[in-house]
Amino acid sequence: MTPILQIRDLQVSYYTDLGRATALNRVNLDLNAGEKLGLVGESGSGKSTMALAMMRMIKAPGRIESGSVTVGGVDLISLNDEEMRLARLSRIAYIPQGAMNSLNPVMRIGAQMVDAIKAHIPNMSKDDMTEQCMQSLESVDLKRNVFQMYAHELSGGMKQRVCIAIGILLKPQVIIADEPTSALDVVTQRQVMETIDRVQKEMGTAVILIGHDMGLMAQFVDKVAVMYAGRLTEVSTVRDMFSKPMHPYAQALIKSLPNLSNKGVFQGIAGLAPSLLRIPNGCAFHPRCPQAMDVCKTTVPDVKEYEGNRLVACHLYTEGA
Amino acid sequence: MKLRLILRRVAFLIMVVWAASTITFFIPRMSDRNPIRERFAELARTGGFSASDLEVIVASYSKKFGLDKPLLEQYTDYIGSIAQFDLGVSLNKFPKTVTSIIYDSLPWTISLLFVSAILSFVIGNLLGAVAAWPRSPGWLRAVATPFIMFTGVPPVLLAIFLLFFLAFKLKLFPLGQAYSTGIAPDWTFSFMLNVMWHQVLPAISMILGSVGGWVLSMRGMGITIQGEDYVNFAEHKGLDGRTIFRNYYLRNALLPQVTGFALALGSLITSGSVVESLYALPGLGSKLGEAIRANDFLVIYGIVLFITMSVATLMVLVEFLYPLLDPRIKQD
Ligand SMILES: Nc1ncnc2c1ncn2[C@@H]1O[C@H](COP(=O)(O)OP(=O)(O)OP(=O)(O)O)[C@@H](O)[C@H]1O
Ligand code: SF4
Ligand SMILES: [Mg+2]
Repeated sequence: MTPILQIRDLQVSYYTDLGRATALNRVNLDLNAGEKLGLVGESGSGKSTMALAMMRMIKAPGRIESGSVTVGGVDLISLNDEEMRLARLSRIAYIPQGAMNSLNPVMRIGAQMVDAIKAHIPNMSKDDMTEQCMQSLESVDLKRNVFQMYAHELSGGMKQRVCIAIGILLKPQVIIADEPTSALDVVTQRQVMETIDRVQKEMGTAVILIGHDMGLMAQFVDKVAVMYAGRLTEVSTVRDMFSKPMHPYAQALIKSLPNLSNKGVFQGIAGLAPSLLRIPNGCAFHPRCPQAMDVCKTTVPDVKEYEGNRLVACHLYTEGA
Repeated sequence: MKLRLILRRVAFLIMVVWAASTITFFIPRMSDRNPIRERFAELARTGGFSASDLEVIVASYSKKFGLDKPLLEQYTDYIGSIAQFDLGVSLNKFPKTVTSIIYDSLPWTISLLFVSAILSFVIGNLLGAVAAWPRSPGWLRAVATPFIMFTGVPPVLLAIFLLFFLAFKLKLFPLGQAYSTGIAPDWTFSFMLNVMWHQVLPAISMILGSVGGWVLSMRGMGITIQGEDYVNFAEHKGLDGRTIFRNYYLRNALLPQVTGFALALGSLITSGSVVESLYALPGLGSKLGEAIRANDFLVIYGIVLFITMSVATLMVLVEFLYPLLDPRIKQD
């Protein structure tokens, strides 16, 4: 089965006053239809950048330097602007970080949804558009009358659901949800995640969930991808990732999770995340890696595939072989 | 709830009228000039009646208008007549009533002020919005810059400048007046055209003097709004640029500008009066100027009161219209 989403050598830089920051460094990723991937990593590691690059929504001073993002056989990076506009929401949808302010305060929810359909299917009848919007609202457990409401009349969880309803409006093949629950209370977080889960199963869409909360993530995704300084360091199934993480950074992340044996005390990872302007030579993690070797300081580790379709970029597993 | 709000606003308007009429009542009275005496002194010189006759006439007219009473009593009389919508007569031009003076000059003021206020609002806000929109073409953004340079130049200076160069030196436009001498006002097309022709320069001075302010404030607003999450999400939805500009960006950026419009009208009336006088347009501003020069205080009261009342009413109107634009504002 060919993956519905194939990312190859995706590279993004931000041209800042202090120089060029490589925010995404030759990222590769495959995702099958119906698969759910969790994308984790420290703040500033490049998760949103990756999502925005896939939507081709990187704004100046950022730039997609190279690579391809293929969704359902179409390379988005090679589309012209108008084709890309049409691909947004219909092929690949992004549910933004900060859904609290993502709805226009002066337009009714319905009008904002209709706008989205109209942009892609201009000659659909008005009644059909309304019906499609209302069905979308219902499928994220909202009442049909939300169609008539304004954003300020909705709670945080409801606004998040509206954003999801917009995201699934045109049944895209890939949905990216950027920290969809970070501003919500724990109970609402679960409910929203369950909604995403159910909708995703019904539509068979591939989903990328971006987030910090590994615990919440573990319950809803199939695979976890760990990002560090703009590179994917490990991609494994949830089971593998939590039982025997391979990459030392992934190990540190898992160890830092509160659990019963460390009495819920959060253990940080020693050292600071590197500045993207001065990414360390070799493996970007080497200044903080307890198992760093000489080769780590000079040579960037390639991503290699290991047993169980795991992808890991670390010299530990190649040096011995 | 709606009714209570309306009653509150009506009470507010009454307060405004009272405060404005009280303040304006006493100021012209601090001068010892007597508009009646001035009028008849003029007649006495040309018509040749004696100085003692003049005193008799002035005294009798003063009595007729109640000017011989103590000031405080005159004040209460005046407030009383305002309450009955009676603004009195011009002391300098009686039997002309103040109401008829306002009525005759109003069309000139409205056409100049409102046309230029609305044009300036529309032009300024569109230019500002376009200037802040990252996807507008460079040349369109550049158009805004020269307008900004006029911000802070008083419309009067622009008016003098335009009058001197375009009307006096180059003779491209008339040197003022409402319409050409020798034609009678009527509702024909050619007369309208003649009137508009005379209003071009005053209107341009008013527009140039105020458009830069709109450009600047709208550009600032636009820069804020364009970074809002909902504008970003609109693009993620695959909307075309024009829809995003209109529905997500412009509509939100315009909200504070609408409030600003009501406030700007107040200052526009001030500069408008001077421009009117300069171009000898028989509007409210010119009439007010004449009245001040003659210390024709009932006319001063009447016009000031009328302007204050209009601005206050417009503001209340904007307040009532605002919830239609911004659903977050609920009146209760
Ligand atoms: N507009 C920009 N200009 C310059 N640098 C930027 C810009 N946007 C992002 N970056 C840089 O790119 C890096 C990645 O940012 P990104 O937003 O992708 O991180 P993230 O992993 O999503 O973080 P978070 O968890 O906080 O959302 C950051 O280090 C940031 O400094
Ligand atoms: S490559 Fe070296 S420094 Fe990087 S994670 Fe592996 S062992 Fe640590
Ligand atoms: Mg982010």
